[in-house]
Amino acid sequence: MTLVSISGNLLFIAFVCYLVATLFFGGAVKSSTKKVATSEKRWGRIGITITIIGFISNLGYFVTRWIAAGHAPVSNLFEFTTAFGMMIVGSFILIYFLYKTPLLGLFALPIAIIIIGFASMFPTDINPLIPALKSYWLYVHVITAALGESILAMSAVAGLIYLTKNIDLTKRSKQRFWLEAVMLTLVLVLGFVASTTTFKVMDYEASFNYIDKEGKADEITYNVPPIFGMNEYEALTPGTMTPLAETPPIVNAKKLTTVTWSLIFGLVLYGLIRLIIRKPIAALLQPLAKKANSQLMDEIGYRAVLIGFPVFTLGALIFAMIWAQEAWSRFWGWDPKEVWALITWLFYAAFLHLRLSKGWQGEKSAWLAVIGFIIIMFNLIAVNLIIAGLHSYA
Amino acid sequence: MNKIMCACGHENPEGTVLCGSCGRPLTEEAENQKLVDMRYEGSARRSQTFNKSIVDKVWNFFSSVKVGVSLIVIILVAAAIGTILPQVFYVPATGETEIAAYYERVYGTFGKLYYQLGLSDLYGSWWFQTLIGMLGISLIVASLDRVIPLYKSLKKQRTRRHESFMKRQRVFGIGENTLGEETFAKSEEQLKGLGYNVKHEDGAVLGEKARFSRWGPYINHLGLIIFLFGVMLRALPGFYVDETMWIREGETRAIPETPGYYLKSNEFILETYDKEQADEVFNDAIERVGTIASNYQTDVVLYKKPEDALPGQTDKLEEVKKDSIQVNEPLKFEGFAVYQMDFRLDELRSMQFNLSNKATGESLGDLSVDLVEPEMSYDLGNGNKVELLGYYPDFTGFENGEPQTQSPIPNNPAFLVKMTTPETPKGETSFVAIKQTVEPFGDNKYKLEFQNVETRDVSGLTIRKDKTLWILALGGLIFMIGVAQGSYWNHRRIWIHETKDGQIAVAAHTNKNWLSVKKDLDQVTLVANLPPYIDQHDLEALEEKKDGEKSS
Amino acid sequence: MAQTKQQRLIMRTVILAVLVVAIVYTIFTSATKEKVAVLSVGDEAPDFTLVDLNGDEHRLSDYKGQGVFLNFWGTWCKPCAKEMPAMDRQYEVFKDKGVQTLAVNIAQSDFEVQRFTDQYGLDFPVVIDKTKSVMDAYNINPLPTTMLINPQGKIEKIITGEMTEQDIAAFMEQIVPE
Repeated sequence: MTLVSISGNLLFIAFVCYLVATLFFGGAVKSSTKKVATSEKRWGRIGITITIIGFISNLGYFVTRWIAAGHAPVSNLFEFTTAFGMMIVGSFILIYFLYKTPLLGLFALPIAIIIIGFASMFPTDINPLIPALKSYWLYVHVITAALGESILAMSAVAGLIYLTKNIDLTKRSKQRFWLEAVMLTLVLVLGFVASTTTFKVMDYEASFNYIDKEGKADEITYNVPPIFGMNEYEALTPGTMTPLAETPPIVNAKKLTTVTWSLIFGLVLYGLIRLIIRKPIAALLQPLAKKANSQLMDEIGYRAVLIGFPVFTLGALIFAMIWAQEAWSRFWGWDPKEVWALITWLFYAAFLHLRLSKGWQGEKSAWLAVIGFIIIMFNLIAVNLIIAGLHSYA
Repeated sequence: MNKIMCACGHENPEGTVLCGSCGRPLTEEAENQKLVDMRYEGSARRSQTFNKSIVDKVWNFFSSVKVGVSLIVIILVAAAIGTILPQVFYVPATGETEIAAYYERVYGTFGKLYYQLGLSDLYGSWWFQTLIGMLGISLIVASLDRVIPLYKSLKKQRTRRHESFMKRQRVFGIGENTLGEETFAKSEEQLKGLGYNVKHEDGAVLGEKARFSRWGPYINHLGLIIFLFGVMLRALPGFYVDETMWIREGETRAIPETPGYYLKSNEFILETYDKEQADEVFNDAIERVGTIASNYQTDVVLYKKPEDALPGQTDKLEEVKKDSIQVNEPLKFEGFAVYQMDFRLDELRSMQFNLSNKATGESLGDLSVDLVEPEMSYDLGNGNKVELLGYYPDFTGFENGEPQTQSPIPNNPAFLVKMTTPETPKGETSFVAIKQTVEPFGDNKYKLEFQNVETRDVSGLTIRKDKTLWILALGGLIFMIGVAQGSYWNHRRIWIHETKDGQIAVAAHTNKNWLSVKKDLDQVTLVANLPPYIDQHDLEALEEKKDGEKSS
Repeated sequence: MAQTKQQRLIMRTVILAVLVVAIVYTIFTSATKEKVAVLSVGDEAPDFTLVDLNGDEHRLSDYKGQGVFLNFWGTWCKPCAKEMPAMDRQYEVFKDKGVQTLAVNIAQSDFEVQRFTDQYGLDFPVVIDKTKSVMDAYNINPLPTTMLINPQGKIEKIITGEMTEQDIAAFMEQIVPE
């Protein structure tokens, strides 16, 4: 077995462990007889043990891939996002030992699972480093930034639990709407995974000639049925779907189609879930969330930002600027990824100020934490895949 | 300013909420509050005490955290808008008209609007820079306004606080003194064991830990201020150089804006990952993507002209060093750095021709024309000669019969030649371009037949000098220290005192991480038999306790 | 409180004033940065030495005491070519009045420059800046650019773009030594 295949298997084992651990955490939460689930129980202990086994396996994937590739496995979208998912689990384990809350695991692990699943939809082959990435700063900047972001992600998890517990889901309100919207977004990501996997299994391919935004002719291959066609497209593969509409040259119809398919699969999935459980997903999760101590969730959310913010600053801004100066001759170029990292930083600075000086605790703080996570994900997904740039390594 | 006299005898400045010495609430609002706001120890924020002139009003505006947060949010949103479409820096067009046309052509009406509103050069715009400037002012003013009173407060705080202060702390307990004299001694010992600085006076004990963490936010603000200051310095001449230069293999060029430095490019190297040679592990990726560059570098020699030499004198250049400029490995000298940024492959360097008889195809000799330094004439021997009448490196066409060239770069070389042979002693004129031969004076017997080209690569280098870098680095370092100081430590205080009627009152405060200070207090409580405390903030725990008490 | 109202007001005014001035200055300079040339009128013209087509050395400081009409050009640049004949004629007029003409070619081949001067019959000295060091010292961007250097060695005027014969005559007149 090659090192690469061992690496892949270890990742798969980690993935499965996280799934199983989620079930055990669920059991821990359900079985607690007291009104607030603050104590560690048998279920919880098993859950965290399995999580740690999964995490070790995940680290194993990381190390073996590093050895196989000759460089830190954080050089493309798949590698980075997987590392990010892994660190979220790591951050959770750290917080678990500080606060002993299985409920956190029940929410954190599925998010990590979704992220790793999402990552696996992108090219997973090991690629050699291009000149710009040949620097030890690759390890330092990217890994520290991922670590910082994963700690900040924990604040969003705590915030989500807080909101699920405390928002009145029986009445129509803006909060109820937006909370369910967050749940829907998670399902849509599952939709992306489902649609990409389905068409990959079918080995779907459709090629086109088209005219790009500079007026030059080019060719493109879709891996999903082409709902939208590129500018002045000309089909090359017979027997495939005819696009329903043509897009102007600045819109990448292939990406638009992928997103549309994800939406379709996701919405169908969401619809099915709603049909089966007959209530909003948040309402399904609320009884579990009710076992949380709101004050504790609030404190965890706040501490996660406190711990994560300096790490994020160091990794995503300071190390990034030092490396940019060495590689690109300017430490800051206002390219989209840099700008969105700055936006993330400013946002969390505002979070801390609002909390410390304006007393924004409890629900307000929880919403801010969730929004912060959305900004981080926007930088990871939208900026990398849609807003192209010098910095995009997808 | 009016001073407020506290019952304990301490004189407080106007606007103080809690007495700086004993902690008694001084305002009606504070008295009515169940829990007191400990953010600035109840000290008067200087701006609040003084609000008369316009200067004061401006000062107070910038001192407000609400204003600061609003500025952060506005900057955040503005920055996001700048990412909707690429900024001018990343657009492949130069000159105002070309850029405007590009936005309209590629992004349509939205692009046109984006450009016209100035959003395409957002981060360099005066209003964005003004916002950053305002944030800088806010940082300075807000920090000064708070740190000075806070420092004075914490320095002057008394060990024994007034009961009304204790009662209004989040963690508070009051009860019987079971150990009598021992209570204080044991508490002191335990607190010291936990790393607290302990003061025991006036029948009260104050345990304090990590006061330095309170300065964290102000230190990190200082770091940001220094950073912004460094950015500002770039406006001053001499602090910042940003130039580009293109240099061909074999060329020697002056490095722009450097005092007397020249660069000679020996070679430009582009390496790609070869499927055969690269690690097997990379095969899938290489197959999928095609060519993946592994390295670009320019091998150069750095020269410096001698002290007394003038620009233009290039014969006495002294070699300084040889280097290979790669991405991530700039060439550094005297505060300058030269970066490998771009390249163009295969620019024409020389062209080889054959002088041949059109009818028989017989070759009378060949010549190689160096496109950078062509010669006046080429003697092929045996009375055969080719004279170069005109050379047009970037041929665009004829105008009034005259060949035109649009630049000195050999992108499309063309030649006007006169060929002389023993057979044609008067010489025949021909115009030779790529894939085009024009014979202006009628049919010739001979022609120049194109044989071969030699090419060379061109490197695009960026020259950078940035004297502000160390200031920015210093600002960043101070920021990190401040943010670590404020985030990773917390300021904890535990007060224990004996009330007038012999009870023990206990209170604790921390600026963050209540769980830990409560744990500390638990330990002291255990050892010194202190009365149990309640967390007046955690209503759920209170409720649970009540339920517990009910059922038990 | 140790400070009086007056002291505090002064302190605040000073701090705010310094900050505002610094920020306005920074924004202003960055807005006008591109438009400000590195060299401007009144600066000392950087000395240099280049070799002409006959192999003779020309050093700028050798011309001190006379005005120098310093023209930067290239053969592909149409406006440069157009103004050359006029420059040549005015050179003849003014060379004995104390104004010298020096044309600096931007790094082209000897061949091209020789052919060009032969074709146009130019008499004034033409030098080639092979390494672009003089071009850099003078921060030349568009072509043609002409520097009027007065007899004291300072830059009197910087002209970019094509000049008519009248322009050239007027400019040369400007730097005739007293």
